[in-house]
Amino acid sequence: MVVVSDKMTVSNMQTLRRRSSPAFDQGFRWAAYGSALVVLAVLAGIIGTMIYGGWPAFQEFGFGFVTSSVWNVGQDQYGAWVAISGTLTSALIALVIGVPISIGIAIFLTQLCPPWLRRPVSTVIELLAAVPSIIYGMWGLFVFAPLFAKYVQVPLTSIVEGMPILGTVLYARVPSGVGMMTAGIILSIMIIPFIASITRDILDQIPTVLRESAYGIGCTTWEVVRFVLLPQAGVSIIGAIMLGLGRALGETMAVTFVIGNANRLSLSLFDPSSTIASRIANEFNEAAGLQMNALLALGCILFVVTFIVLALARLLIARVKTH
Amino acid sequence: MDTAVYDHPATTAHAPWGRVRRSRHVADRALKIICTLFTGLGAFVLGWILLMLLVEGIGGLSPAVFTETTPGPGTEGGGIANAIVGSLILTILGVMIATPIGVLAGTYLAEYGKNSKLATVIRFVNDILLAAPSILIGLFVYILMVQPMGGYSGWAGGVALAIIAVPVIVRSTEDMLRLVPGSLREAGAALGAPMSTVIVKISWKAARAGMVTGVILATARIAGETAPLLFTALNNNFWFSPSLMGGVSNLPVTIYQFALAPYENWRQLAWAGALIITLSILALSIVARLLLKKDKVR
Repeated sequence: MVVVSDKMTVSNMQTLRRRSSPAFDQGFRWAAYGSALVVLAVLAGIIGTMIYGGWPAFQEFGFGFVTSSVWNVGQDQYGAWVAISGTLTSALIALVIGVPISIGIAIFLTQLCPPWLRRPVSTVIELLAAVPSIIYGMWGLFVFAPLFAKYVQVPLTSIVEGMPILGTVLYARVPSGVGMMTAGIILSIMIIPFIASITRDILDQIPTVLRESAYGIGCTTWEVVRFVLLPQAGVSIIGAIMLGLGRALGETMAVTFVIGNANRLSLSLFDPSSTIASRIANEFNEAAGLQMNALLALGCILFVVTFIVLALARLLIARVKTH
Repeated sequence: MDTAVYDHPATTAHAPWGRVRRSRHVADRALKIICTLFTGLGAFVLGWILLMLLVEGIGGLSPAVFTETTPGPGTEGGGIANAIVGSLILTILGVMIATPIGVLAGTYLAEYGKNSKLATVIRFVNDILLAAPSILIGLFVYILMVQPMGGYSGWAGGVALAIIAVPVIVRSTEDMLRLVPGSLREAGAALGAPMSTVIVKISWKAARAGMVTGVILATARIAGETAPLLFTALNNNFWFSPSLMGGVSNLPVTIYQFALAPYENWRQLAWAGALIITLSILALSIVARLLLKKDKVR
């Protein structure tokens, strides 16, 4: 430990005494206490602002604000349903794609990876979280979307055309590559580092004895993962997934680039749509009056949903850590 | 392996899977291959994004990028000097506001609050803020500062970024302080040092590297944030006023506006900016990691 490398000489102690008057000690304590309260105040401020700002919209439209899918600036009619369903759908696609990949990465890092490779690979995956979301947006719009349109949407649309359900869900009216599905895929990449690194930590916490005994009775790696590690990790992996969901719900810039920003309810995953965050990003600066209130009300809904999701995530992850 | 041959004459002694049923073997192989592929996919995407930035961005890099201001619509040439400087100022402002608050709040959680009810609640709230949608923080600061002050300002942008940085710093400070052994604090207290001295001279000193890492990671986190700046610092095409009032040009919002613009030189500048910002952030993240690793080795 480097900690107390400075010798505590007598003269040193005297300066300590002098500087640490009771007033300083008290002041320091209050400063720490006050700063901690700032954290609380910020959260309270955010929720207060959203409710206060969104209130006129909630009052004007009542519960219909949530269920209506009209968003007409000209007639001052606002409904949140398209944005809400867009947010939920894109986040759901992100989970469906991102969760298996994340868990696979966590299993690779904890069970399969040779020790020397572990650190670099972990770093690479974590760096995915450091890339700014606007860069994901540019990658999605300029690189991924054209490829996705050419090699997935066009062939897929010609295959599923006319089929009962697939023909609607996977039909690209305009195969531009921009839309709900692309947003979901980009989101899935963005949440991978979060889910993967927490799952990795959870798997690391499982006592090695359990794993070794399973291998000892002749289990294969698949059986160890399936019957020992995943049941042990159980609930906290769901917590990690919830954390990823929280991230996906609130992601703004990347989605704004690739989702197409259309206020249209469509059954096709290839059609442009919008999410709560993308709509706020697009419209807030030009908004005034009731439109601004409606956008703040959207923010309020987003905040409540992410708060619940993140709170659940936190509870699920914390529970395992304690025992 | 000899017994294997004895029990199952059909299998050969040197086949390691000789005694395992085929379906188990296949499931195991599938798991290993799929997990490795998924990891490769993650690394591949990171590489792909970096490659894209290099290919598109390097062509746009020129001295003018760092010396000239952002061009207006339809104007030839130009650079992003004002956006780079603006981003630096906003990021530094955010870190300067967030560091004292974050470090002190983290200190409260680790040294004063510990397992008290208030500390538990604050820890919970901090974790929520850590992952809260950054665009909502932009809305909050808009109502809190931009509306009352009557216009966009760099100060509002700095505060919005600070709100994003604080939870990162709180979390890392607390985690690092908790790693400091209690015996060190007791030794300090036994010498008659009051709590504040023990914290400043012993706990902080022991956890220094980790705390600095937290601040660097927070810097990396806010340097590329776009959403909270959209409604706070906004952006403009000129050198901003030294009072930071009015729109303050910054790299992320400039990239956002230029990337989607119909002008070729704007797009070029957006790619150059994207390259600069991503490389800086990745460098910061890697430096932070190395710093922590060095500390762990000690």
